Amino acid sequence: MAPDDGHWGLDEGRRARRTNRLGLWGWLGGGRWGPERYLYTLHRLTGLGILAYFIAHIFVTSSKALGREAWTRAMENVTGPIFTAGEFLVFAAFAFHALNGIRLILVELGVGVGRPIEPVYPYRTSLGVQRPLAVGAMILAAAAVALGGMDFFVLH
Amino acid sequence: MRDQALWTWHIISAAVIGGLLGLHMAIMHLDALLGIFNPAGGHPVDWENVVARSKEAGFAVNYVLLLAAGLFHGFYGLRNILFELNPGKGLRGGITLVLIAGGFGLFALGTWAVIAGFQKAGTV
Amino acid sequence: MHEVIYKIRRFQPGVDPAPHWESYRIPRSPGMTVLEGLWRVKETKEPGLAWRASCRMGVCGSCGMMINGSPRLACNTQLSELGEGPVTVAPLPNFDILRDLVPDLRPMFDAHRFVMPFLIRKDGKADPEGELMQTAEELERYLQFSYCIKCGCCMAACPTYATDPVYSGPMPLAQAHRYDSDSRDEGFHERREILSGGAGPWRCHYAGECSRVCPKGVDPAKAIQLMKQDLFLDALGMGRRRRAAPLAGLPDGVSRREGIPEAPPKTV
Repeated sequence: MAPDDGHWGLDEGRRARRTNRLGLWGWLGGGRWGPERYLYTLHRLTGLGILAYFIAHIFVTSSKALGREAWTRAMENVTGPIFTAGEFLVFAAFAFHALNGIRLILVELGVGVGRPIEPVYPYRTSLGVQRPLAVGAMILAAAAVALGGMDFFVLH
Repeated sequence: MRDQALWTWHIISAAVIGGLLGLHMAIMHLDALLGIFNPAGGHPVDWENVVARSKEAGFAVNYVLLLAAGLFHGFYGLRNILFELNPGKGLRGGITLVLIAGGFGLFALGTWAVIAGFQKAGTV
Repeated sequence: MHEVIYKIRRFQPGVDPAPHWESYRIPRSPGMTVLEGLWRVKETKEPGLAWRASCRMGVCGSCGMMINGSPRLACNTQLSELGEGPVTVAPLPNFDILRDLVPDLRPMFDAHRFVMPFLIRKDGKADPEGELMQTAEELERYLQFSYCIKCGCCMAACPTYATDPVYSGPMPLAQAHRYDSDSRDEGFHERREILSGGAGPWRCHYAGECSRVCPKGVDPAKAIQLMKQDLFLDALGMGRRRRAAPLAGLPDGVSRREGIPEAPPKTV
């Protein structure tokens, strides 16, 4: 009864019948959340944002291979306050995604989640153990965004 | 084994991007504070700075690696998100095909630009 | 406040076209739990209301429900914890509804069975002939995960399980890790075949909701990350050296005393 690449050994109809699943509402809410859940959602959103920018970025910057005029034209196309604001958002998204990502790499390799314990109420879960990591990552991300903001909007 | 293997590459590519894209961000967006790899001064996207970087073999390698890691990490992440939405069997194959084709296509475009830029910059 | 309003998600397949909310006003007493309120509704207002419950003290795992937007055990949730306002009770999400507050938990148990949640010994014997030696430190490596009562609250809270049909969910994965970290078990490589694919922990992204809602402090999120660590190191050839718990032999020079009757034959 092994699922090959499908589902739990049940017929195809079972896969289609998914009543009472929260579905996308499960991604957006569906209950009361802790901070790590919001970090997970933000991580996905920033990832998608960076990916969209990245694809466009490859096209724009590839113009450098066509010489100075092509490059200058491409740069003129992406100049302006909206582009500056957009690029700052991408910078901020990367700062968050990278630092939260470092936290995730550590945690998902078992670092910083704590050891198995005897659960005594009130329970202290791995979420509490890795919370300083999450807070530290967010502080560093905020610092990076502040520095970037200075460079984007103040020093130029 | 495939899911585990792909996950492992996902975090390896994440680490690569963390380093290389972090450097790229520092060059492009922390230039007033750090001023690295912008020998011509001015803006990091000025043609002179672009040429100065393009003719370094180190940067060429840097960009190609960043392209590969970024495209794999981003497209595999997108595939994860789309697959978790429970598409049908045909759609799953289609999504994978489009992402692989798109990924290789963009990699080819970017690598061509890096190599062509490297060759041209060397003659300027 | 002497009364409380229960907003309950009702659904009778074959009778109702879709799940819908119904409200009941019942008297409220100090120390009342959500489960006790359900009994009051059934006894005084709606005899047809259906739900699962058994021990009413948080050890059987039957009464997992969505209470005021969070997956909780109805018997373990005091009305005083929920504050003012109506108490919203719905069946556990991410499972089909069989009727009213009764979810179809079979996919969860199927996934659980699939990860082989039992001790696997290389000698293939189902029952060891004696005690398997285990130190207190070895016990601590898996004891926390053995407290799982299979209530399904973690499965209801998991964002991946909310959409992904192949992902096993926090409970089966935590239980797989419970056996993988049990020093008496020798089945890591069998389970590895299953866990390295789509049924494994790779779609967990540490949202952590499973551990937040677990009523027994099992911390499945921790189990899943530790499992990733084990599988990752094992794939690199740097896995923990696993020495299966040896069978405790009889001390030297000891034999069975005369006159002790044999055990009765097995009935299972």
